[in-house]
Parts: sequence; structure tokens; C-alpha cells
Amino acid sequence: MTATRVLVLAAALLAAAVPAHAQISDGVIKIGIMNDQSGTYADLAGPGSVVAARMAIEDFGAAKKNMKVEVLVADHQNKPDVGSSIARQWFDADHVDVIVDVPTSSVVLAVNQIAREKNKALIVSTGATSDLTGPQCSPNAIHWTYDTWSLANGTGSAVVKTGGDTWFFLTADYKFGHDLERDTEAVVVKNGGKVVGKVRHPFPTADFSSFLLQAQASKAKVIGLANAGADTTNAIKQGAEFGIVKGGQQFAGLLVFLTDVHALGLEKAQGLLLTESFYWDLNDRTRAFSTKFAERHRQARPTMAQAGVYSAVLHYLKAVEALKSDDGPKVIAKMKELPTDDPVFGKGSVRADGRKIHPMYLFEVKKPSESKGPWDYYKVRATIPAEQAFRPMDQGNCPLVKK
Amino acid sequence: MSVTAKPVVAAPARDAIAAPAVAPHQLAAFVVMVVVLIAAPFFVYPVFLMKALCFALFACAFNLLIGYVGLLSFGHAAFLGSAGYASAHAAKVWGFPPELAIVFGTLTAGVLGALIGALTIRSRGIYFANITLAFAQMIFFFSLQAKFTGGEDGIQAVPRGTLLGVFDLRQTYTMYFVVLAVFLLGFLVVYRSIHSPFGQVLKAIRENEPRTTSLGYRPEHYKLIAFVISATLSGTAGATKAIVFQLASLTDVHWTMSGEVVLMTLLGGMGTVFGPVVGAFLVISLEHYLAQLGSWLTIAQGLIFVVCVLTFRRGAIGELGRLLRKPL
Amino acid sequence: MTVFGIPTQALFGQLLIGLINGAFYAMLSLGLSVIFGLLNIINFAHGAQYMMGAFVAYFALQWAGLGYWPSLLIAPVVVGLFGVLLERTMLKRLYHLDHLYGLLLTFGVALVVQGVFRNEFGSSGLPYTAPPQLTGGYNLGFMFLPTYRGWVVVFSLVVCLGTWYVIERTKLGAYLRAATENPTLVQAFGINVPRMITLTYGFGVALAALAGVLAAPIYQVNPLMGADLIIVVFAVVVIGGLGSILGSIVTGFGLGVIEGFTKVFYPEASNIVIFVIMALVLLVRPSGLFGRTA
Repeated sequence: MTATRVLVLAAALLAAAVPAHAQISDGVIKIGIMNDQSGTYADLAGPGSVVAARMAIEDFGAAKKNMKVEVLVADHQNKPDVGSSIARQWFDADHVDVIVDVPTSSVVLAVNQIAREKNKALIVSTGATSDLTGPQCSPNAIHWTYDTWSLANGTGSAVVKTGGDTWFFLTADYKFGHDLERDTEAVVVKNGGKVVGKVRHPFPTADFSSFLLQAQASKAKVIGLANAGADTTNAIKQGAEFGIVKGGQQFAGLLVFLTDVHALGLEKAQGLLLTESFYWDLNDRTRAFSTKFAERHRQARPTMAQAGVYSAVLHYLKAVEALKSDDGPKVIAKMKELPTDDPVFGKGSVRADGRKIHPMYLFEVKKPSESKGPWDYYKVRATIPAEQAFRPMDQGNCPLVKK
Repeated sequence: MSVTAKPVVAAPARDAIAAPAVAPHQLAAFVVMVVVLIAAPFFVYPVFLMKALCFALFACAFNLLIGYVGLLSFGHAAFLGSAGYASAHAAKVWGFPPELAIVFGTLTAGVLGALIGALTIRSRGIYFANITLAFAQMIFFFSLQAKFTGGEDGIQAVPRGTLLGVFDLRQTYTMYFVVLAVFLLGFLVVYRSIHSPFGQVLKAIRENEPRTTSLGYRPEHYKLIAFVISATLSGTAGATKAIVFQLASLTDVHWTMSGEVVLMTLLGGMGTVFGPVVGAFLVISLEHYLAQLGSWLTIAQGLIFVVCVLTFRRGAIGELGRLLRKPL
Repeated sequence: MTVFGIPTQALFGQLLIGLINGAFYAMLSLGLSVIFGLLNIINFAHGAQYMMGAFVAYFALQWAGLGYWPSLLIAPVVVGLFGVLLERTMLKRLYHLDHLYGLLLTFGVALVVQGVFRNEFGSSGLPYTAPPQLTGGYNLGFMFLPTYRGWVVVFSLVVCLGTWYVIERTKLGAYLRAATENPTLVQAFGINVPRMITLTYGFGVALAALAGVLAAPIYQVNPLMGADLIIVVFAVVVIGGLGSILGSIVTGFGLGVIEGFTKVFYPEASNIVIFVIMALVLLVRPSGLFGRTA
């Protein structure tokens, strides 16, 4: 018996002596940043997300902790076939452990499938579809920064409460636009508002004059822009031309990023109401983070998408360190277990359905006279606490959530 | 392949056109191609190879129309993409096994080809290019709006399934050899269409249509049949691709996809047998290597077009064939 | 009073918007038509040249402080010269071949130009504001018409009709038309036909660039602004009839209006309506509405 005990003890000692690396696949943690590097979404995520990821790795202190971390970058061109090809190649041939960022909902869903199949991990920062924590939820994925539901909830309810109770929707004719319109309409109606008209414009559209005329004719108090990127900025620019705001109507941007406002300029964007989960000027921690980011990224302040990548990578590495393994679903589970704390979102947590929660903010774009310089664009109109900002877990139809 | 169209006037000449025997150098080239393709997946990432094979089939099908009939269609993506949607839907929603899904996709493209062909075949040159583009845009619009195609998301999570109830296609190598088999089958159909009495008439039509009419043939029928074959095989390529990548998306019906297949065929050599295959592999490799450089890919593709049109009109295989003094 | 549920007031507004968009179609298809009608070249690079025109206007402002009005002259000249260079070095070699090679070459040129610009400037738009003389607008009762857009319609009409007049009614135009029919004979009369062809291509390209300058304040100046526009413009030219100057002008404005109405009644289809019409027209009149047989 003693011999067996000695053997068991020896085996246990041996097992404990095995260094942490050995359980990390190939000894390297490979993080793949997949987003639009050169197209419509390049400014709000793009190379900036890569900068954010590298900052997170440094701030985590990977080098001091003897953990090897590598970053791979790919451009999915906003196409699901390109995105899924890259994901396959990365997981199969390049041994990537986690894919981070992924704007464009159609790519998110495709990569989500593949991450599940290959037993790897996916953390979405820029992609919007709330289906990721709904019917498509998976033990391999976390939705980090925001989603269509939280945007609709933030902007929709806040705008109605401030008096914008008649709405006209200008919707991009594809799933994301439809979803955003559907979610926002539900919120508007719930808060006592009315939708007096909608028009679906082809995605993408360069000239909004015809649709803006229809919006004007409806006499709605609020024109909800259920679109993103160039469509949103074009609609706002042309709206200025046609005197929409001067005529007394207000634009509500349902998905607007700091870089969109920067591209529009305060002259055209002033008064726009929007919801985001991060702004560089919120508090000292965000300011410090954003200054460091700006130094490394053309003096531009981070958007919520890029800041989200920083926060996600940081938490991922903490989970890997605690688990001593980079096995996909196990790390995701660990990330749900550990509370989050970082300069971007402050304290937060990840729910069972894969939804990270943190406060959302309703912002209004400043007038040119109110701004002290470039990137000083927003004033906070309302703060939505984390528990109320996202769709309640039991309403999502996520199979992972026990009823 | 038997020719079913009857000449207006009895033309004894028809029976006297014998199908030329398979030239030995072409047979040699074919054997080389098959051997290389069988060995390749053990050296190169098989998913990449499968993509190239699907496009090689698409290019061969397209080449039938431009190389042998002389008609530039700027809307061939319609067949690639709609077959992809049909096959993806059949496999995912109706639960078809992969072989039936591919057949269903192929048939869809064939029917579409017959419809569009019937409407467009009377046009020529730039008008033909434009009207095929117009119909392809309508197919794109339909794909965008129809519920079952999933719009921007496309049809995702298409099951690979089990071929004939025996072969599990989720195994990469199994899938590869199935794709190879499909490609070789399609390649041989194109080859047989070209090297047959039917093919000879097509060449005659391309060289001198009025003369062919005066000989008693009805060019419209032949052109239409060639169009339908081209569309059908493009459909096979699209249907197979949807199963391999488990995704059918708008990219495959977009007009730039029609431009890509023109590029592949031009680069490889229009009107050659092996040209489209080589062209497809070259273009797909280029895409793969330049993918991370964004716009450089577009620039490279544009330069290839320019250089090929100005100085390299015969394409890679065409020039090789000229060097060897034997048609490839 | 309403028509199909839309008040007539709103319809007039849409009609005007349609005319404005039609102005761009007309100018672009005019350039294409001139090039094809007189030179038998299918210029797929037209969209890229339109984009270059907008960029030249942007550069003129950024680097030289030259505003909109000088750009209306500078951009067409600069891009026109580029067109001349293109014709002299490359297109010339293809005249003896099938037209489709010209299409493929210019398609390649378009890809290269768009790729280079995209590499440098990304795909988000660059801002370009309308000149102060043209900002603001008029309240017409049924809609608020921005002055700049009204200017676009007026200016394009002038340019289009001017070009039509030069080609159909002047001696220079007569030489051009004769040279298309029978270049050898015209050359025998002592007219430098190759130079005329080169200059005509340059002129067609300059028209595209001019349209680009007009577009810069309305749409974003971005490298892909011509990419999806080119296939629509081709449809317009084909509907009007390849080679018919008047056909392109009329069809351009007309299709702009039809597209405008589609945006009211079935907006999702507004991108596709022109193709449907093209298919229908080609099936019924294969040479287009005003075209001569190819």
C-alpha cells in the first residue's frame, strides 16, 4: 500500500510540476483580430482595434508573466464568405485560439458557427446583432461591447421621454437595419410614442434626397436612422442640405460611432442623439486610456468598438492565466465566472448567455460653440445602469439559459 | 453528345464531321492534371484547393461560351450564386443529402440558363454582355429580397451531410475527393461538348455565322444549347461550393463575381481546354496571398486585365500551346 | 389631392429630385455615348474617371486652395489629359480587335485606378462643400430645394445640349461623324483622324470628370463612387441606344425620374428598376430607343 501511495504522490507531484504553458496549445496564445481593415468600418474599428489589442496585452503584462501572446490580423471585407474562410483557416491551419472584434452581423453569425464547430472562442466587440446572445448564443462566444437591443433601448426610450414621440424610420434594407428598426419601434411604442411612417432604402445608398423628402412630409418629430456607417453620415449630411433640422425635426442615430461624428463635423451633427457604451471623456480612467491610445493611433480617440477590444482581450488573458489553458469553451466559461474591471467600462460582468453587461450612455452631440477642440463632441444626457441596459436574459430565447 | 437540332435543309455534311480523336498531348496534360490534383491536398491546405476547384469548373463552363461561341456574358454569377442558394436551401431546410442538393442546385441553374438564354441569345457583342448583366442584377435583387436567401447573412450553417449514406463529408479529405470528382466530371462534359460534332458546329458559328446558316444549321439553337450547358455547369460549381463552405451568400450573385470569372478565363486562355483551370488557380492564389493587402488585390487584378488584353491575349495556356505548337 | 395615396405636392418634390439624379445619369451617359458612338470604344473606366474628377476638385481645394469654380475647368482638363494618355498608349492598339477587348481593358484600368485611390484614401468619403454662392435653398412650397441641386440640373442641361449641338450641328461635329463612318476617306481629305479620335476620347472623359466635380458636394468624394454607378450608366446608354447623343440625354433624365418615383412606391427596388427597363427595352428594341443598329 505504501508503494502505491508513494507512486500516487510522485505522480501528483509530477503533474503539479508540469509548467502552465504545456496546457496552452503550442505554448502560444494566438489572438485573431478580424474586422474591416479598409472599408466602411475601418475607422471605427479596423487598425485601431489591433492597437487596442496590443495595448491590452502589454497592460496585462504578458511578457513578465512568461506568457507568449501573438496577434494575427485579417480583413473580412464585411462579407460572410470571406470571414468564414479566414476563420476556418485560422482555426484549422494557424492554431488561432480566439477571434476578436468582427463587425458586420452576417459575418458574426458565420464565424460563430465555425468557432462552435472547431471548439474555439469568439469575442465580438464591434458586431451588433443581439441574436448572438439570443437564439444563436453559444458556449464559445461572448458579446462584449453593445448590441442592437441596447441601442434601441437607450436611444428609443430616451428620445421618447424627452418629447420625441412621433417617429419616421429611415431603414437600411438588410437584416441589421430591419432588426434595429424592429427593436426601436418596440421601445418607442412601449414608451407611448407612435411610428408614423417608414421607408426602406437599398443598402448602401448614396443619395437620400428622395427618402428625406418623405421623412419631411411625414412631419414626424424624430427621424430614426436605422442604418450605420456611410448611410448614416450621408443621410445626416443631406438632411442638413434639405433643412431637416432647421425645419424642426430631429435625427436619432441608432448606431453612430465617434468616428462618424468626427467625419460629419459638429456643424452638421449637432443635436444628434445616440447611445454608446464608452466615450473617452467620461472619467479619469477612460481619459488616461484614450490618451495612450491616441498616441499610438494617429491622435484619434478610441471608439467604443476599439475600447471594447481592449477590455475583451484583457479579460480573456486574465481568464487564460487563471485557467492555465486556452481551450475555447473553458476560457469562455471562466470569463463568465470572473468579474471584469478595466479602465474602459469600469466594473462589469459576463452573463450566462454570453452578454457582457456595463452601463450604456445616451449622448447628445455638442454644438460647435460648446466644443473645446477635436474629439470633444459629446455631452452625457443620461446613464442607463448595467442591469437595465441590456435585454433581460429570459427574453432572449437563448438555449444556454435555464428556464 | 448527340446533336438533336435538325438542319433546315438535309445536310449530308453533318454526318461526315467525325469527332476528332483525343490528341495525345491533351491526354498527357489531362493525366498530369489529375495526378497533381490527387497529390495536392497532402501538401496544400485542402479547403483552399476545393475553392480553386469549384472556380476552375465555373471558369471551364464560362469558357465554353466565350471561347467557343464567342459570347461574353457579364452575368454568369447569376448561375453560380442561384445554384448555391438552391443547394444550400435543399441541404439545410429540406434535409437533402449532399449529392441530391448538388443535383438540385445544378438543375436550378439549368432552368435559369434556359430561361435567360432564350431571352438573350439573339443579342450579340456588347448588347449580349449588357442584357446578361441586366438579368444577373435582377437575380441579385431577388436574392437580396427573398426571405429564404437570408439577405446579407446568406444561408449559413449548411450541413455537409453524408454522401450516398456512406461518406461523411465533414472529413476534409473525403470532401476534397468528392469535389475533385465533381470537377473532373464537369471538365469532361465541357471537353466532350467541344470535341464533338456539336463543338465543331459551334466553332463554325464563331468563325462565320452567316455561312453556317447557309449550310443549313440554325445557330440560335446551338448557341442556346451551349449557353444552357455553360449555365448548368456553373450551377454545379456553385452548388458544390455551397456544400463545401456551408454557406451561400450574396457575393456569389454580385456582378463583380461575373467580372472575376472573366478574369480567370482571360488569364488562363480563352478557348483553350486547360486554360480556365490554370486561370482559376492563379486568380484564387492571388486572392489568397493578397487578401491582407486589401486594395492591392484590386490593383493586381486590374493590371492582369490590362496586360493580358494588350500583350497576352492568348492567356497562360494559350501562350504555352503556341510555344509547343499544339492546342491545349 | 393624392395619386396612389401620395399627395401631388410630394410627387412634384420627387419629380424634381429625380431630375437632379437624372442630370448625373445624362452627363455620364453622354460621355459614354460620345466615346462609343464616335469611336466604337466601350469605356468601362468611365466611372473611375468620374471619381478622378471629384478627387481633382478635392485636391485642388486641399493643396492649392482652389475652390469649386476653378475646379469645374481644372478637373475635366486634368482627367481629360489622363484619358488622352490612356488612348494613345493603350486603346489605340485595340481598334483592330473585337470591341469587347476594349471593354476588358478599360475594366482593368478602372480596377487599377479604383484600387490605387482606395489604397491611399480608404473607402470612407472625404468632405467637399458646395461653394458659398450655391449654399442655402429655396422654399418652393412643395419642397425645400437646395440651391446647389437646382444648379446641377441647369448646368448639366446646358452642357448636354451644348455637346449635342456641337456634334450634330457644327462642322467639327460633322468631321467627327464622318470619321466614324469612313476614317480612310476623311483622312484622305487631309483631316488628322487619329488625333481627332484621341481628342474625342479625351472630351468624353472630361465630361465624366465634370460630372464628378458636380457630384463632389452632394455625394462623398470616395474612391468607389463610380463603381456601382458605372453599370447603371451602361444600362442608361444601352436603353437610349449606343451612339445616340440625344438618346442618352433624354434617357438619362427620364430614368432619373423613373428611379425617383420608384423610391416612393417601392423604394427597395430603386437600384434595380433601370435594369428591368433595360431588359425590357432590349427585348423589344434591340438597338435601344434611339439607337442605330449595331
